[in-house]
Amino acid sequence: MAYSDTKIKELEAKAKQVRRLIVSMLAKAGSGHPGGSLSATDLITALYFAVMRHDPKIPLATDSDRFHLSKGHCCPLLYAVLAESGYFPLEKLMTLRQLGSLLQGHPDRRTPGINVASGSLGQGLSIAVGMSLAAKIDKKGYRVYCLMGDGEIQEGNIWEAAMAAAHYHCDNLCGILDYNGYQIDGMTKDVMNLEPVVAKWQAFGWHTIEINGHVMQQVLEAYDQAQSVKGKPSIIIAHTIKGKGVSFMENVVDFHGRTPTKEETEQALRELA
Amino acid sequence: MEQLYQRDVYGQTLVELGKENKNIVVLDSDLSSSTRTGLFAKEYPERFFNMGVAEQNMMAVASGLASCGKIVFASTFAIFATGRAWDQIRNSIAYNNFNINIVATHAGVSVGPDGASHQALEDIALMRVIPNMNILAPCDGPQTREAVIAAAHNKGPFYVRLGRPKVTTIENKGKFQLGQAQVLTQGNDVAIIACGIMVHEALVAVESLLKKNISARLINIHTIRPLDAETILAAARQTKGIVVCEEHTVIGGLASSVDEVVAENHPTKVIRVGVRNRFGQSGQPAELMKEYNLTSADIEKAVFKIISP
Repeated sequence: MAYSDTKIKELEAKAKQVRRLIVSMLAKAGSGHPGGSLSATDLITALYFAVMRHDPKIPLATDSDRFHLSKGHCCPLLYAVLAESGYFPLEKLMTLRQLGSLLQGHPDRRTPGINVASGSLGQGLSIAVGMSLAAKIDKKGYRVYCLMGDGEIQEGNIWEAAMAAAHYHCDNLCGILDYNGYQIDGMTKDVMNLEPVVAKWQAFGWHTIEINGHVMQQVLEAYDQAQSVKGKPSIIIAHTIKGKGVSFMENVVDFHGRTPTKEETEQALRELA
Repeated sequence: MEQLYQRDVYGQTLVELGKENKNIVVLDSDLSSSTRTGLFAKEYPERFFNMGVAEQNMMAVASGLASCGKIVFASTFAIFATGRAWDQIRNSIAYNNFNINIVATHAGVSVGPDGASHQALEDIALMRVIPNMNILAPCDGPQTREAVIAAAHNKGPFYVRLGRPKVTTIENKGKFQLGQAQVLTQGNDVAIIACGIMVHEALVAVESLLKKNISARLINIHTIRPLDAETILAAARQTKGIVVCEEHTVIGGLASSVDEVVAENHPTKVIRVGVRNRFGQSGQPAELMKEYNLTSADIEKAVFKIISP
């Protein structure tokens, strides 16, 4: 499906706004994970504002498409798109990680729009498989999306889930791999090499779609392609840049889990203006 | 005396539940012939998913299904359920407080010849430390049915502990109520608290003690969480001491549960009959029960540490 320039521009502007919210809430919180939130921003902005059928007025309606954030530490991204979608007021973002907040350090069911917690890596794809099987049992047409980190797929549980999804022909399931190439201890290729990533998913019986995860047109087309594939699950392997959108965070491993200082925040917001 | 496999009863009960409730979904990880979830699979293939030898995946898939309104039963052997997939149970099941019932078979040394790797002696402890988790350890076949039905009908996650061998049916237990212990024999000299297969052993001990003029109050704790503290404390107050019997390590299981309640409220002597700092091993179930000091004779000996014969 062709997307109009207007639609693309609208989504790019939305992604920029989401990035501003991510930087602001993390600066306020004083701890959290900017790098992987920013690298997946375009992917998830497209999902919530152009791809998924969902209604913030009826969170988690039985017919809604499902999104599960398997790499739970990147919840600032999820919180930003949920708030922008209208699941809860934008002001709540500034309570991130505070005692009693709706917005926990990792996803929790107390947040409107989140139905399954995450944070312990490697479990989310299995959860998505469960949602996919439930749709099959109930003969529902909803789709299930699951965002994984690249470091996360070092977990064995991911590959158990990958095998099960192909075995049960979960074609209503779309995995998204945020392949930014970095994890806490350094580059994935140095810590625990993932390559050949595409061949691995193909060998597990998945349809693979490789894209630049920051080009909105490619992102949208990837979701369309995933939806058209029948009989097997699809995964979008998105090449991304950790910290995308903020010059001094891009490909800087330190920003996996460090928040910006006051000066850095001001600069970041200027760049994202 | 009737002897039944708890696993058979489990499988039959699943079929019964599956008929009345279309929302029940069953998962297994390649042990459906042993756990008897295969009975459900045969009846309702569209609601049964074999996850292969992948327990971690099974538990997290259960979470996804439950998030869409399913009541999920997930089964495998006790050690693989609670040990292999503990993090998935903690983070994806219990933290979400989903309606997922982990019904695990092959608990304890009575597994027999398969030996230590397959004999869960730590499962109650592993489940008991997780918030939201309910724990059931039915003592015989008929009670297994009641426990499985209770797990299906009540909200939140359940761990149901079953054994491998046939167990003798205990008569006249009274009504099964979740969280309510059953006093099987009245007595004020000593209290014997047991769960699972050990209830029958304890009953044999009680009868033998009676001949020695010792009256023992036998309490069947089918629900380890939430624990019936009231019945335990009544026993602490009204008897000279308590013997706790479980086919499990003496650390972190039923005995620890009892210890915690009495220590905080009414300290009394508690003697633990259970496995002490050992792994299991191969052998016939009866031989192993003897080797690990889990017989009625061992329970009697423990009673004599509280009162002289």
